[in-house]
Amino acid sequence: MKYHQVIVVGGGLAGLRAAIEAATAGHDVAVLTQVHPVRSHSVAAQGGINGALANMPDGRDDTPEKHAFDTVKGSDYLADQDAVEMMTALAPKLIRQMEHWGCPFSRTDEGTISQRPFGGGGFPRTCFASDKTGHALLHTMYQHIVKHGIRVYEEVVAISLVVEDEVCRGVVAMDLQSGEIIPMASDAVIFATGGAGQVYRPTTNSLIVTGAGHAMAYKAGVALKDMEFVQFHPTSLHGTNILMTEGARGEGGHLKNNLGERFMEKYAPSAMELGPRDIVARSIQTEVNEGRGFESQYVHLDLRHLGSDKILERLPGIRDIAINFAGVDPIVEPLPVQPAQHYTMGGIDCNADGGTAVAGFYAAGEVACVSVHGANRLGGNSLLDTIVFGYLSGKNAGEYVAGKEGNNKEHSAVAAAFEQAVKDIEELRASDGPMDPSDIREEMQDVMFRDVGMFREEGPMRSAVGKIEELKDRFSSIYLRHRGKKFNLDLYRTYELGGMLEIAHVIALGALERQESRGSHYRLDFQDRDDENWLKHTIAYYTPDGPRLGSKEVAIGKWQPEARRY
Amino acid sequence: MDKVTFNVFRLDPEVDEEPRLDSYELEFKEGMTVLQGLFDILERHDGSLSFRYACRESICGACALFINGSYRLACRTQVKNLGSEVTILPMPHLEIIKDLVVDMTPFWDNYERIKPYLMPAEEADLDKERLQSQADRSSIDEMIDCILCGACYSSCPSVWVDRSREYAGPAALLWAYRFLADSRDDADDERIALVGNERGIWRCHTIFNCADACPKDINQTWSIQQLKKDAVGRVIGLKRK
Repeated sequence: MKYHQVIVVGGGLAGLRAAIEAATAGHDVAVLTQVHPVRSHSVAAQGGINGALANMPDGRDDTPEKHAFDTVKGSDYLADQDAVEMMTALAPKLIRQMEHWGCPFSRTDEGTISQRPFGGGGFPRTCFASDKTGHALLHTMYQHIVKHGIRVYEEVVAISLVVEDEVCRGVVAMDLQSGEIIPMASDAVIFATGGAGQVYRPTTNSLIVTGAGHAMAYKAGVALKDMEFVQFHPTSLHGTNILMTEGARGEGGHLKNNLGERFMEKYAPSAMELGPRDIVARSIQTEVNEGRGFESQYVHLDLRHLGSDKILERLPGIRDIAINFAGVDPIVEPLPVQPAQHYTMGGIDCNADGGTAVAGFYAAGEVACVSVHGANRLGGNSLLDTIVFGYLSGKNAGEYVAGKEGNNKEHSAVAAAFEQAVKDIEELRASDGPMDPSDIREEMQDVMFRDVGMFREEGPMRSAVGKIEELKDRFSSIYLRHRGKKFNLDLYRTYELGGMLEIAHVIALGALERQESRGSHYRLDFQDRDDENWLKHTIAYYTPDGPRLGSKEVAIGKWQPEARRY
Repeated sequence: MDKVTFNVFRLDPEVDEEPRLDSYELEFKEGMTVLQGLFDILERHDGSLSFRYACRESICGACALFINGSYRLACRTQVKNLGSEVTILPMPHLEIIKDLVVDMTPFWDNYERIKPYLMPAEEADLDKERLQSQADRSSIDEMIDCILCGACYSSCPSVWVDRSREYAGPAALLWAYRFLADSRDDADDERIALVGNERGIWRCHTIFNCADACPKDINQTWSIQQLKKDAVGRVIGLKRK
């Protein structure tokens, strides 16, 4: 049995930041990651990271407090305001620290970090490295893992979280290259496994964003929070649904329908294209649904008036993607864009320390729900979330394990979980039923997008819940195409699918129960926000018969809920 | 084009004595990429196929393969540009783990060896950033586009003939120059000492395979030449910056 004081599951920005914090405090830390860290989905973030650095001439009055207010308003008041204020207060220092570590941010004339406006923000607050900010940050973060010599188990995934008597004892892992199952004891575990975007299609998310961490924690008895809040990004490239950054609108891009109208005038007359994502996404879909789109599927994101110099300097990444994947050069043609699933606001129920109800178990980044994003995340706040809560969870996990060294070494609960995992994986490997897991995956993704998507209503959602239950039932009699051990994608992807069905169930049931509209959760049959009955977090616990739902209070601070207008 | 044939390299070194090409006839769909074709094989034809993937948008570097005789990212490669016959091999000159999955360990080891992180002389205060002019920042534009896919490393003849796997290779040297060229970095002497030897820049024979292979159109050879100029400048008493 292997042992490390702290095991971080996930090699993206949040996981690596957590590992650096715990390791530099002197602890023995290991990172488990499904793909080499630089392949993690953080790499695909484009537009930037928010912090009130006040570097721009028109942003000198920005403060962490104003950043917090914009975040809370953007969240439709579902975010916990104490956590939001902590995040925005830490933002300037932690962003500058990334600069000190080598991140190649774009610069102002004075040589400070440049900032651009983003949706739902009152100031140019989004720090960026052209339109490849996630790539710049992730490579910088990984370089610091190298610098500190932190142990990375590459292509090793966790397959179960070991909890005994409300205390975390470690994980059971699987080496994808060899197929070997490995018991790994630890005194603390930090999950930073990313979102659950692959529950939907279309999604902008990477193919590895399957909610594996959500499902493992949920199955181990940890609650999930606010899972019904799913962000749909307004502008994904039509066809492949690759992200076209909000920075394109931040730099001045226009959204136009098939009449050539800047239709955001009707929906967010003062913020226009820089309204929050939930509102812009629904506006685009409304235009398309009412016949003012192109090919009944998309609208135009027009950047031509920005000129080639600005596009080449500020948006070269999305230009390359548009040329390579859609054959469209935004210097000469408008980009065809449509909404697609983009971000999982909900996640593992944790507090602002990253801690959960299980001692020694922490979560950070997209898999976590602190909650700082509430019902709708602002663009530029997810990268910030990763470095702030990566830092905090690493720091707090480090403090938690101090004095406990070796406590869980050779722990019997890990040995028992290992035996169970071997049995479960062998059972999965031997699957020989009539059902094709690929069909189940596609049907789940389609029903979720259609019926638990941007516009929701009781009837379709009720049938979606029924459909998910049917798919779970079919999943119990699937077949596998390949039974080998080495790099068996069929096996691991099918394992992931089992978890995704659980997550889909939680999302659909939470959305059905919540009889109001708030942020990304928009109900045609309950179009108003209902603070009296629904200003609360949804909590979901695993049971073999499906999710058991409860609720939890929202931490309101300085700002009383008021109507969102943009 | 309704159909396309994928010929895919197959080898499990522990089981197979010889590698082989398996052929699969797939339905062609408009906009189909090579990566989508591989998933079609995995999910509808042959679940035993192994390959790497992640972002499917050419930024993560997981899916660099040798496709119809060129280094390409499978996710970005349109099948319609390749014709009705697509032959997919793993990146050559790397050990095969299974099928299209290669052992990248020597690549990562060499990347780590050049100390790929900023080394400033002094710690900075978290209340302000280090200043950098726009011109200094844009001088590293090309290098920071690297996605560490390994295509350049696999394509380099100096790597091929180095059985010890100690030659840093194009990507690691590119990153060495990326930090040397960064106005915020103060470790020029250490960096040149790390790469100014037969395990580093002097084993680059300016063959330019790397620049040809790079899916991000980076010219690694140019960066290596800058390192050589810097190293020579030190010997003959010229200071580079």
